[in-house]
Amino acid sequence: MSKFKKESDAVNPALTRALTEGSLSRRSLMKLLSAGAVMSTGLIGFPEMGFAAETPVKGGKLRAAMSNASATDTLDPAKGNNSGDYTRQFMFYSGLTELDKNLQVHPALAESVESGDGVTWQIKLRKGVTFHDGKPLTAKDVIYSLSRHKDPAVASNAFKLADQFKTFTAVNDNEVQLVLSQANFDVPYMLAAAPFLIVQDGTKDFSKGIGTGPFKLKEFTPGVRSVGVKNPNYFKPGLPHLDEVELLGVTDQAARVNALMSGDLHIISTLGAADCKRIKATSDFAVLESKSGMYTNLIVRTDMKPGSNEDFVLGMKYLQPREMVVKTVLQGYGDVANDTPVPPWHPFYNADLKPRPLDVEKAKFHFKKAGMVGANVEIITTPNIEGAVEGGQLIQQVARNTGVNFKVRRVPYDGYWSTHWTKDPVGYGSINPRPTLDMLFSQFYLSSASNNESGWKNDQFDQLVVAARGERDQAKRKQMYGDMQTLIYDHCGTIIPTFISSTDGYSKKVKGVEAWPSGMMMGYRFHEFAWLSA
Amino acid sequence: MNRYMMFLIARRAGAGILTLLIVSAVVFFITSLLPGDAAQMILGQNATPETVAALRQQLGLDQPLLVRYFSWLGGMLHGDFGISFASHLPVAQLVAQRIPATFELAAITTLICVPLALVIGIAAAMNRGSLIDRFLVVSTMATVAVPEFLVATVAVLIFAVKLHWVSAMSFGSPNMDLLSYLKSYALPVLTLCCVLVAQMARMTRAAIINQLDSPYLEMARLKGVSPLRAVLRHALPNAVGPIANSISLSLSYLFGGVIIIETIFSYPGLASALVDAVSNRDLPVVQFCVMLFAACYLLLLLAADILTIAFNPKWRS
Repeated sequence: MSKFKKESDAVNPALTRALTEGSLSRRSLMKLLSAGAVMSTGLIGFPEMGFAAETPVKGGKLRAAMSNASATDTLDPAKGNNSGDYTRQFMFYSGLTELDKNLQVHPALAESVESGDGVTWQIKLRKGVTFHDGKPLTAKDVIYSLSRHKDPAVASNAFKLADQFKTFTAVNDNEVQLVLSQANFDVPYMLAAAPFLIVQDGTKDFSKGIGTGPFKLKEFTPGVRSVGVKNPNYFKPGLPHLDEVELLGVTDQAARVNALMSGDLHIISTLGAADCKRIKATSDFAVLESKSGMYTNLIVRTDMKPGSNEDFVLGMKYLQPREMVVKTVLQGYGDVANDTPVPPWHPFYNADLKPRPLDVEKAKFHFKKAGMVGANVEIITTPNIEGAVEGGQLIQQVARNTGVNFKVRRVPYDGYWSTHWTKDPVGYGSINPRPTLDMLFSQFYLSSASNNESGWKNDQFDQLVVAARGERDQAKRKQMYGDMQTLIYDHCGTIIPTFISSTDGYSKKVKGVEAWPSGMMMGYRFHEFAWLSA
Repeated sequence: MNRYMMFLIARRAGAGILTLLIVSAVVFFITSLLPGDAAQMILGQNATPETVAALRQQLGLDQPLLVRYFSWLGGMLHGDFGISFASHLPVAQLVAQRIPATFELAAITTLICVPLALVIGIAAAMNRGSLIDRFLVVSTMATVAVPEFLVATVAVLIFAVKLHWVSAMSFGSPNMDLLSYLKSYALPVLTLCCVLVAQMARMTRAAIINQLDSPYLEMARLKGVSPLRAVLRHALPNAVGPIANSISLSLSYLFGGVIIIETIFSYPGLASALVDAVSNRDLPVVQFCVMLFAACYLLLLLAADILTIAFNPKWRS
């Protein structure tokens, strides 16, 4: 299994502008300041275009590398499950909606996505959009693209999500009516996610990559490279700037960084903390840090011993050296978390839930109450999950005087997700951000969730998840999501010590790239906005 | 070539085919013991019981193991190597994309390594005990002792990152001009040469010295044959057996054993395809790659044995 965990879907829920402004990197802030003003006007629907301080140079060929490369590389949006796939798919396809750097949702192929009750949605399509082969975009294409996820034979990654799509009706050539099985006001955000990119009606062979995206497919070799040439008929005027993009997969982190620094590549994803230091020491290269909701979590199964005792879980929560992990393991590229999967910069973040401090005495008290004095507990870790091995070792160190004897067992990464993840009584996992909190909670916290990591069951939580989907009032939703976080904070067996920022490296010749919290490499869409200075 | 030699060669070839058959069974059953299957690997975190079951049925993973083995083996004999689980393309097509890259790297490395190793080995043997010999012995020993990932990493840091003389990656673009071709192959070939030349040169030196010490060469030298002629005309043909063996063993490493090189230079060869297939549980690709490596290995050994037999004076006449 490739590193799909590390860099899965990464679009985030809506953020207010004020909140995200604080999460921009220093570099992009400086860029904004030097431009004189934050330009948010632009064309409606394309606010990103307005920001650049310099006039983009047209043309040129950019070489980029993602950290995934495998024979499973695909151009089928239903099958993509890592950053490499998402980036490649955003090169050739477009979505009905898209997220900007402030995580606001914008219409893309759709002119509008509207609903009064959250159940029946009207999707009006932008007129005059054509596929790479010249065929115009119609309602049929949209219906085909969205409904194929419901077919188990397609084995789509969005199978569970698409479950809520009940019926599709083509009102006319440019309008689709989508009816859900229950109200969900997150639909516009959901449609911006990579699996829901729009392909042509009836497509079975995805090796041609015919979409409406900024680049046309020139070459695609799974596990090696994808090459795209500029789509002159792209529906956004003036974009993309580049003539050609070559997207490579380089799995070895050192090889990626070396290739960047030797000038073979212009931009690379997924740096380690040491690489960031190395790149920052140069004058020709820079680090692009994006705040993200990605986390590495310690999973304590609550349906088996010792996690079935709430006091043991609570004790473990007091054993997290959160600041230490951010400072040393992540070298500052991350934030302290409070054991809920909602990052501090999120608009629905419940700020009343303070991260539990490292408190050995309290942990000792709870372990004693759980009757665990003198017990042996094994923590399963694996390399390739950022901070998992170090996290386990830190717990082992700080827990010396708690009466519980912790052992850290490192197991191979190969096969980890199928043999260890969610199966060990105490072990590590890693989750990528999802476009909405609903998607995150539904997949990992709901009692019936297929990936309920800690085996946690809570009726009150389940009811809140369903109720929040159909709630239109943002204040009420915030309250609901706040309550859900309190339940997770108090009772759930997953322990989230930190959030991990995504870090990309780029040559300073590359302009137009900036931090987007919706995913690494500008929400996997750097190729649309990047340009090369002469 | 007489009949006895033909018999020896036929026996070796037969043993090779039997070995391949055993390899096929071992590979098939061992790989099926890997934890998790392709359906789970492909679907990953988003897997649901419905999608896993559907995919398993599509891939034929719901069939009994023995049935799968014989249908696979039967397919191989008919030249049908199966369909990749991961990409749904024929395995032969997938591997065919990688074979040229692997053979290209192997060929360039061989062309540089073998003559270099022979020259070093012969030069050291001819000047046994001298300063040149000691220098060559010590330096080859030192190179053998350094792991290739270290050689490669240091070479990348110096020649690619610091000096910008060559590429840090070796993607082998199809239409390259000569300069960029040299730039992208320089470091992988250099690294491989470091590993291989040293081994081959040491074996060559030992084999030649072995011959130089024998009475017939002493006689030839006494009769006034020049040292170079004695080595090239008299010693070398009789040392071909052990030298060919060492060369074939070293070269077999170029098929499949170069995973570290392929990783460091992002080189799209067969070895990385195999590792990738293992982690995806893409068993048809794994099995085919391993069979291919085994076949290449056996062929090289067979070639070395045939050379040994052909150059053995006992059977030559």
